[in-house]
Amino acid sequence: MVGTPIPEIASVAAAATSPVPAKKSESKRLSFYYGSFNALKNISMPIYEKKVTALIGPSGCGKSTYLRCFNRMHDLYPGNRYEGQIMLYPDNTNLLNPDVDPIEVRMRISMVFQKPNPFPKSIYENVAYGLRVRGERKRALLDDKVEEALRGAALWEEVKDRLNDLAFNLSGGQQQRLCIARALATNPEFLLFDEPTSALDPIATANIEQLLADLKEKVTILIVTHNMQQAARVSDYTAYMYLGELIEFNETDTIFIKPGHKQTEDYITGRFG
Amino acid sequence: MSDATAVKVREIRALIARHKRWDVIFGIIGVLSLMIGVLTFVALFLDMVIDGAPRLTWDFFTNFPSRKPNQAGILSAWVGTTMVMIVTICAAVPLGVGAGVYLEEYAPRNWMTDLIEINVTNLAGVPSIVYGLLALGLFIYEFGLGQSVLTAGLTLALLILPVIIVATREAIRSIPAAIREGSYALGATKWQTAAHHIIPYSLPGILTGVIIGLARAIGETAPIITVGALTFIAFLPPAPVQAEPPFVSFEWLMSGFTVMPIQMFNWTSRPEAAFQLNAAAAGVVLLVMTLSMNALAIYIRYRLRKNIKW
Amino acid sequence: MTSISLADRIDAVPEHFVSDRLARRKLRNIKERIIELVLFLAASVSVATTIGIVLILLKESFVFFQQVSLWDFLTDSQWTPLFSDAHYGIMPLLSGTLVSSTVALLVAIPLGTIIAIYLSEFAPFAVREIAKPFLELLGGIPTIVYGYFALLFVTPLLQMIFPELPGFNLLSAGLVMGIMIIPYVSSVSEDAMRAVPMALREGSYAMGATRFQTAIRVVTPAAFSGIAAAYILGISRAVGETMILAVAAGMQPNLTWNPLEPAATITAYIVQVALGDLPHGSIGYQTIFAAGLTLALMTLFFNVLGHILRKRFRQVY
Repeated sequence: MVGTPIPEIASVAAAATSPVPAKKSESKRLSFYYGSFNALKNISMPIYEKKVTALIGPSGCGKSTYLRCFNRMHDLYPGNRYEGQIMLYPDNTNLLNPDVDPIEVRMRISMVFQKPNPFPKSIYENVAYGLRVRGERKRALLDDKVEEALRGAALWEEVKDRLNDLAFNLSGGQQQRLCIARALATNPEFLLFDEPTSALDPIATANIEQLLADLKEKVTILIVTHNMQQAARVSDYTAYMYLGELIEFNETDTIFIKPGHKQTEDYITGRFG
Repeated sequence: MSDATAVKVREIRALIARHKRWDVIFGIIGVLSLMIGVLTFVALFLDMVIDGAPRLTWDFFTNFPSRKPNQAGILSAWVGTTMVMIVTICAAVPLGVGAGVYLEEYAPRNWMTDLIEINVTNLAGVPSIVYGLLALGLFIYEFGLGQSVLTAGLTLALLILPVIIVATREAIRSIPAAIREGSYALGATKWQTAAHHIIPYSLPGILTGVIIGLARAIGETAPIITVGALTFIAFLPPAPVQAEPPFVSFEWLMSGFTVMPIQMFNWTSRPEAAFQLNAAAAGVVLLVMTLSMNALAIYIRYRLRKNIKW
Repeated sequence: MTSISLADRIDAVPEHFVSDRLARRKLRNIKERIIELVLFLAASVSVATTIGIVLILLKESFVFFQQVSLWDFLTDSQWTPLFSDAHYGIMPLLSGTLVSSTVALLVAIPLGTIIAIYLSEFAPFAVREIAKPFLELLGGIPTIVYGYFALLFVTPLLQMIFPELPGFNLLSAGLVMGIMIIPYVSSVSEDAMRAVPMALREGSYAMGATRFQTAIRVVTPAAFSGIAAAYILGISRAVGETMILAVAAGMQPNLTWNPLEPAATITAYIVQVALGDLPHGSIGYQTIFAAGLTLALMTLFFNVLGHILRKRFRQVY
C-alpha cells in the first residue's frame, strides 16, 4: 500500500546535501478532484527557484494533473475541484484562491504541452501570440521579442528566413521548440513542461533537453516526464508520484542513487512501472 | 524584487480586467443574436395563431376550398398531402436505406463509389425548384405520368433521398466493427449481417432521417407548383380501398391533387384579407405538422445518444 | 469426450449431404449477388437523378438557345418572354436574386457566425442543449410559412419605417430569408469550431488569453475553411430559395439594385410560369428551363466550392 506518510518539507530540505535555494512555488496539502474522482491526494512539495524539478511516476499517477494545477488549466472544464494551496513567491499569492483570476496565473506561468500545438498561424504570429494577447501592438518591440524568444528556444537560425511560413510546416521537434519560444516570449517567471519530448525523436529530444539546461539559468522549471533517464539528465529535484500521492521528493541524485522508499527504488530500477 | 513583482501583478490585473470586458460584451451579443432567432420564431408563430385560430374549426378540415373564404377548408389539401406522402415514403425509404447500406457495407473503394458519394452531397444542395423542373421534363413529359399524385410523390422522394441516405450512413457508421465481425464469425453472409444486425441496430438513426426528410417534403411548395398541383380542387382522389372487387384501386395515383403548402400559397397570394386568415390557419396546421415531426426526430436522436453506449 | 478427429467426421458425412451443401451455397451466392445488385441500383438512383437534371435542363435550354442567342440572354436588360414584344435578358432575374441574397446573407452570416462562436466557445452546457434543437426547428419551418410571415408581418412592420415601401419588396423577403438561413450557417460553422482540437484552445488559454481572444484569434482562424463552407452553403440556399421570394418580393422582373423595390428572382419566375398554363414546347415553357439551368449552374458552383473547402478542413484536422 501507499500509505506511507509524506515527508515534511523541512526534513527533505535538511536531508539535502547542498545549500537550499529559494522557493519559487510550493504546493501545500494539494488535493484535486475530477468530479468525484480524487486524482491528487494531499501533495505538499516545494518548487525551487531557477531549478528544474521533475515529476516521475507510472502513467495515471497524477503527475500531469499536478502540473496542470499550477496554471489552473483544470478551470477550463466543469466539475473539477481543488483543495489546499499552491503558493507563488516572492509575492506569496495562493494561486488556487478563487479570487485569483486563472488568466493572471497563466500570464505569469507559461506551459509547454505534450504534443506540439502550434496555432494555425505563421511562425512569427505563434511566438508573438502571448504578447498580442497582452495587447502589445508595437511592431519593433514584437520583432525584438520574437527574435529573442526564438533564440532562447534555439530555433532562430532555422526559421529566421521564413518567419511568415505557416507553423504547421515545421518538423515535430521544431514545432515543439516553437511552442517553447511562444512560452518564453512573455518572460514568464515559471515554466511548466508536460512531457515535452514524448512525441519527438531522439535528436529533437536531445535538443530540447539542452534547451532546458540553458533555460534554468533564468526561470524555474517544473517538468513531467515519463522517461526516468530524462529526469536524471535534466532535473535538480525529482518527485516520484504514485496513484495521486507524492511518495518521495528529493534532490535528483539522491532519488536515483539512494531512494528513501522501496517503491521509488522499484520504479527507478524498472522492476515496476 | 518583491516590489517589482507587485507592480507587475497590478499591471496584469488591470490588463485582464480590460480584456475580460470583451468576454462579457461578446456573451451579451451572443445571447442577443440567439434572441433574434427566438423572437422571430415567437412572432411568426403568434402572428399565425392569432390570425388563424378563429378559422381552425372542424369545418375547416372537412370543407373543400371555396370562393367564400369563411366556408373554405383544407379537406382536399390534407388528403392530397397524405397521399403524396405515402408515395414519397414508399419510394424514398427503400431507395435511401438501400443506397445507404450499399455505400457503407458493400461499396468497393473505386471511382464509382466516389462518384455516388459526391453526387449525394451535391444533390443535397440542389434547389428544390430544380427538382420540380426535372419532374416536369422527365416524369410528366417523358414518362407521361401526368400532373398526378404519383409524379408529386416521386419528385419529393428524389428531393429527400440525400437526407435519408446521409442519416442511414451515419447510423450504420456508429455501429462498431465488433458487431459485424461477430456476425461474420458465425458464418453469416453479407446480406444476413446487414439484415439481421446492421439495419435493425441503425433503425432509430434511419427513422430520425426519414422523419426529418418527410417534414421537409410536407412543407415543400416550389417543386409541387412546377409539377402542376391544382390550386383549386373540389374533389378527392378515388379512394384506394373500394367496396367492390378487386377492393383495391390505384387510380388515386394518377389523380390530380393539391397539398397543404399549395393551398396556403394560394390563399396567401389572394388580395382579400379574409383568405389570408385561411392562409394563417393552414399555416398553423402545417407548422404544427412539421414542427412536431422535427421535434420527434430530435427527441429520438437525443434518446439514442443517451441510451446507446457501444 | 470422444476423440474422433475432424477429418474422420467429414468422411462420415454421406455424399449427398455435401452436394446438398454445395447447391445451397451456390443458391446463397446467387441470392447475395442479386441483393448486392439491387442495393447498387438503389445507390445509383442519385447518379441517375443528377444525370436526369442535367439532361432535362440542357435539352430544353438547347431548344431555347436556338431561338434566343446567348448574347441576348446575358446582356438584354429586359425579361418579358410572355409579352408580344418578347425580350429574354436574364439580367433582371439575376439582379433580383442577387439583391435578395445579399440582404439575406447580411443577416445570416453575421448572426450565424456570432451564434456559432457563442454556442461553441461561450454558452453554458444547458444553453447549448436548448439552443441547438431550437435552431434546428427554425430550419425546419416550411418556406411558404416564412413567405406568409414576410408578406403579412415583416412588410407592414417595415412600412412603418419606410412608408413608401411597396407591398412586394426584396428587403422584407431578404430579411426573412436571412433568418431562415441562420441555422444552416450556424450549425455548420459550429461543427467546424468544435472540431478544432482542444489542444489548440489549451495552448491559447495557457498563454493567458481570455475566452474572447481564444475564440477570435485561435478557434475561428483554425476553423476558417469549415466556416467558409458554411457561408457558401448559406449563399447556395439563398440563391435557390423560392417561396419566400415568390410570395413576398413579387413576380415582376425588374432590373434593380434597390432592395426597397419589388422584383422577381430566377426562382420566382419559374413559379410564375408554372402557375400559368403554358403549352409544352412553347418558348415560354422553355424559358423556365433556361432560367433553371442558370440557377443550377450557380448553385453547382457554390456547392463544389463548399465541398472543396470542407474537404480541406477535414484534411487539416
